[in-house]
Amino acid sequence: MSNDVVICLFASNGYDRAAQGVAGAGRNLAAQLGGSMHAVIVGPPEEVTTSAIAAVSDTVTVLDQPELADYQPELCLAALQQACEQKDPAAVLLGSDTASLELTARLAARLGGSPMSDGTALSVADGAIRVTRSAYGGKAEAVFELKKSPAVVWLRARGFEPAPETGGKASVDRLSVELPDESPVRVVERHQETHEGIPLDDAKLVVGGGRGIGGAEPFDELRQLAQVMTAAVGASRAACDEGWVPPSAQIGQTGKKIAPELYLAIAISGAAQHVLGISDAKVVCAINNDPDAQIFRHSHFGIVEDYRKVVPLLIERLRVLTS
Amino acid sequence: MRILVCMKQILDPDVPARDFRIDDSRNEAERAGANLVPNIFCENALETALQLRDAASGSVTALSFGTEEAEDVVRKALAMTVEEAALVTRPEGPAPDALTVARVLAAAARKLGDFDVVMVGRESGDWGVGQTGGLLAEELGLPMVALVDRAEPIDGGLTLRRQTDYGFDDVEAHGAVLATITNSEGNVPRIPKTRDVMKSYRKPLTTWSVDELGVAADETVAEVVELSMPDKHITCEFVEGDSLDERVDAFARKIADVMGAVG
Repeated sequence: MSNDVVICLFASNGYDRAAQGVAGAGRNLAAQLGGSMHAVIVGPPEEVTTSAIAAVSDTVTVLDQPELADYQPELCLAALQQACEQKDPAAVLLGSDTASLELTARLAARLGGSPMSDGTALSVADGAIRVTRSAYGGKAEAVFELKKSPAVVWLRARGFEPAPETGGKASVDRLSVELPDESPVRVVERHQETHEGIPLDDAKLVVGGGRGIGGAEPFDELRQLAQVMTAAVGASRAACDEGWVPPSAQIGQTGKKIAPELYLAIAISGAAQHVLGISDAKVVCAINNDPDAQIFRHSHFGIVEDYRKVVPLLIERLRVLTS
Repeated sequence: MRILVCMKQILDPDVPARDFRIDDSRNEAERAGANLVPNIFCENALETALQLRDAASGSVTALSFGTEEAEDVVRKALAMTVEEAALVTRPEGPAPDALTVARVLAAAARKLGDFDVVMVGRESGDWGVGQTGGLLAEELGLPMVALVDRAEPIDGGLTLRRQTDYGFDDVEAHGAVLATITNSEGNVPRIPKTRDVMKSYRKPLTTWSVDELGVAADETVAEVVELSMPDKHITCEFVEGDSLDERVDAFARKIADVMGAVG
C-alpha cells in the first residue's frame, strides 16, 4: 500500500464546489500521510475541468470511454475499482453526490477497504485514518477509525476548503478500463426536475420551508421571496414527505447538505436532522411563530411571528432595500 | 417474486436533544428511558416491498439482526402483513460494525433461500453510516441501486425509481438486485390494522443466534473512537420593534446586509 490519496470526480459535475472540497480534503490528507494526491475523472471531461483538476493534483487519470459519459452504477464501479487498484492508495475520497453515495461501500468492499460516509473532517492517528461525522441525527459527533485499508470515504464536500493550486500542471493520463458487456442494472431514463429559479446545491442564498408552511401552494410565496433575494428554495424532510416539494429540494441529514452564505428557515422547527444539512451555512436566520422552536438555537437572528404575516411584508421591504 | 427486507431496531431518534446523553464507557447513546423503534428507512423499505408484492404477486420476508428486543421489529413487520419473518439475535453490548452486520444478514439470507429483490433502508437513524446495504450487496454478489423510493414489476425484472441530485432516474434491473430505500410521499409506512397486530403474535418466527449462523465476525471496518456532543448553539438576536412593520423592516435590513456582502 502507498501513502497516496485518490480523489474520484465525475466529469459531468465539472470542477464544482463539491469537487474543489474533495480535492482540498485530499490534499490535506495526502500531506498528513506523506503521499501524493491522484485525481481520477470518470467520464469524458471538458478541457476546462481537466485543466482545473490538473492544477491542484499530482497526477490525473481520465476514464473517458464513451460508456462512462452517463452514469451507470455497475460500469462506474468497475472503472473506479481498476483506476484505484492501479494507485494502491491509503485512501479514496468521493463527493456527496448521489453516485458517490451509491458506490462508496461497494468500492470499499472490492478494494478490501473500509467504507465511511458523510465525513466532515479527516485525520491520521498512528497510521490509521479517522473520519469525523455526525451521529444520532446530528445530536452527537463521532470519530470513526477505519480498520481496513484503503479508507473509502464520501465527504460532505462543500464544507471543505478548496484545494490550493500546486503551481505546476499534473500529467494527464488516459486509462482504458475493462467494462462489463452487459449490466443487469441500467439507468434507462433520467428525469431532470425543472426547478424554477436558482439550483440549490451551490446557492449562496437559500430559503427553506418546513411543515409549518402547510401546503404546496403556500410554497409559491416562498418562491416569490426567493426570487426577490435571488435565492434557491429548499425544504425540510417533513415538507418533502407531504409531497409539497420534490425530494431533490430536501435539506438535512438525508437530503442536501448546503453551505450558503445565508439560510432563511421559514416555519421550520429545527429538528437535529434538518440542522445537520445547514451546519455549513455562514449565517442562519428564522421566521417561526414558536419562540421556543429549536431553529432559533441555531439562528443568528430571528423573528417570532406567523410567516404568513411576515413573508409578504418581507418581500416588499427587500424589493426596496435591494433595488 | 420473493422479496427480502432487512430491518434494524434503533433507539428512538426523536428523543429531544435535551434528553440525549452519551454513555462514555461504550461510546454509544445512553438508553435511559428511550424506546426502541424500527428504523424509519427500514419501514419505508418494508412499505416499498409490500407495494411491489401486491403489484407483482409474491411474498415478503422480514429479517432483523439485533438483541432479543428486536423481535418487536419483525412482529410489527408481520402485523404489516409480511409472509415470513426471521430474527438473528446477538448478546447485549455495543452494536457490531457494518461489515459484521452485512455478513450476518448475508448468512441468514442464504439460509432463507433465493430472493429476487433485497431491500434495506438507506441508513439508520442512530449512526446514520449507511454502508450496510452496499456491503451486503457485495457479500451476496448482487448489483445494487441506492436511494430507491418505488419499485414496479416489468417483464423479466423491475423498474426502480432512484432519487438523484437533479430529480430521479428510472433504473431497470434484470435478475436479482439489492435496493437501498429512501423516503418519499409514496412509501410512508402503513399503520397495521389491530386485527393484524393480534394475528402477528401467533405467526411463526424463525430465530437464530449469531453463533448458530456460523459467521466469522473476525474483521471490522470501523470503530467509534470518540463520541461527543459539541455545543453548537448560538444566541439568536430577535428583531425588535413596536409594530410588525418595524420588526420585519429590521429583519429585512439584516438579510439585505448579508446579501450586500455576497454581492
